Amino acid sequence: MSAQKAPTNEMQRLTFWERIYLPEIARGMGLTFKQMFKPTFTRQYPEERWEPEGSYRGRPVLVMEEDGERCVACGLCSRVCPALAIEVRAGETTKEKERFPELFEINMLRCIYCGFCEEVCPEEAIVMSKDYELVFSSQAEGVFGKDKLLVPVAQLQERLEFLRQYR
Amino acid sequence: MEWTKLLIWVAKGAILVNAMLVSAAYMVLAERKIAAWMQNRVGPNRVGPWGLFQSFADVIKLNLKEDIVPAAAHYQFHALAPIIAIGVAITLYAVIPFGDYVIIGGHTIQLGMAPNMNIALLVILAMTSVAVYGITLAGWSSNSKYSLLGGLRSAAQMISYELSMGLSVVGVLMLSSSLNLSTIIRSQADLQWNLFYQPIGFLLFFISSLAELNRAPFDLPEAEPELVGGYHTEYTGMKFGTLYLAEYANILSASALMTALFLGGWDVPFLPKLLGLQPGSIELALLQVGSFLTKSFALVFVVIWVRWSLPRFRYDQLMTLGWKILLPIAMANIALTGIGILLFKH
Repeated sequence: MSAQKAPTNEMQRLTFWERIYLPEIARGMGLTFKQMFKPTFTRQYPEERWEPEGSYRGRPVLVMEEDGERCVACGLCSRVCPALAIEVRAGETTKEKERFPELFEINMLRCIYCGFCEEVCPEEAIVMSKDYELVFSSQAEGVFGKDKLLVPVAQLQERLEFLRQYR
Repeated sequence: MEWTKLLIWVAKGAILVNAMLVSAAYMVLAERKIAAWMQNRVGPNRVGPWGLFQSFADVIKLNLKEDIVPAAAHYQFHALAPIIAIGVAITLYAVIPFGDYVIIGGHTIQLGMAPNMNIALLVILAMTSVAVYGITLAGWSSNSKYSLLGGLRSAAQMISYELSMGLSVVGVLMLSSSLNLSTIIRSQADLQWNLFYQPIGFLLFFISSLAELNRAPFDLPEAEPELVGGYHTEYTGMKFGTLYLAEYANILSASALMTALFLGGWDVPFLPKLLGLQPGSIELALLQVGSFLTKSFALVFVVIWVRWSLPRFRYDQLMTLGWKILLPIAMANIALTGIGILLFKH
């Protein structure tokens, strides 16, 4: 066999030390041993929770001022919702805004967190919150009414400021 | 007098079996922790500080699980297989000397159940052969194709590697001219470890025992992507737990055997002379047992380390390695040892 002949299989291509594998095995094991002392990036979830930024789209909520919700029940959010998750029924009120939602329901089983409702809202009345922990034990529980949707405006400042940058 | 002797025997046996089972359970935890560290993960850390009670949680969980036996399985054999597996694993510990002897209240107590058995090594080789029955029976009696394939693979692998395993020990036997583990350990006193005289033998023995233990890179009997789970696919609850514990108990006994044969066993170099410890004193016995266990668990770590570093062999590669490479090297090692003994010992 001449030395110039191109190697035809793996056994010919490898050098003697590569063929007996032992140095390569030692190298591989050295690598895994080094990995043992590298830091881990695991978040210990229930104790260490992730705090999202203002740009995060969590579950949609209604903004609540001191005298009640901002929402004027125009129904735009319900109209734009691609998943048909929002249901609004308007009612009359003696306040300046004249209309208010008698019933405002978001079906969280249908919501896709697209943020269209927030984008289309003329009153900044519905915004995406930072809440990402949603658990229900039945389908009925997944339909959030006004009791769950109304959130004081103080808690939503970060998101409102973020939205204003792009208005 | 006879009663105290009996009591000592029973106490030794109880300590040995319990210590063995608890350390096997903790090796499962060690395996998971080390695997996690090598993969930059955290590993089990929920039960107790640093997850130290995870093993107990696992055992309790396994005991509470429903025991499901396939309708077409041979019930008796299905139940017998884990018993054989754990029985063999426990029996192996009987002949391993964990230390020399200790004198308490006039009684000379050997540290080990039968450390001076003059055919100890043969017993170990015989029992590892019997261990195949547990696994093959588990695979066959489940009446499932995956279990059967796992069991068959295991049988073929264990029989193939038993040869090179047995032959790799021959070098050690020639050096110490004894099958008695205590004598072999004594012949390695003062750092005259067989590891330095039999490096090839040690490597061969280590590789073959990995294959005997069905550990990666030779874990074909449990190759998950091919066989679902291997010979224990159809096992649930504590029967599965028993097979699993037996596997880990075997890792520890193989490590202990390697310690005894190649790493000087309970030999502690220099220190006893430096401290002026008398043979038979409790301090020396503790030192010896500590030394033995440290070496054994270091080897257990290496076994775990190998598993998380190397990929699995293909079946034909496994057989090629066993028959065409390890077996000739083992024979050559015997010849070399013989020449060495002729040249240097006479």
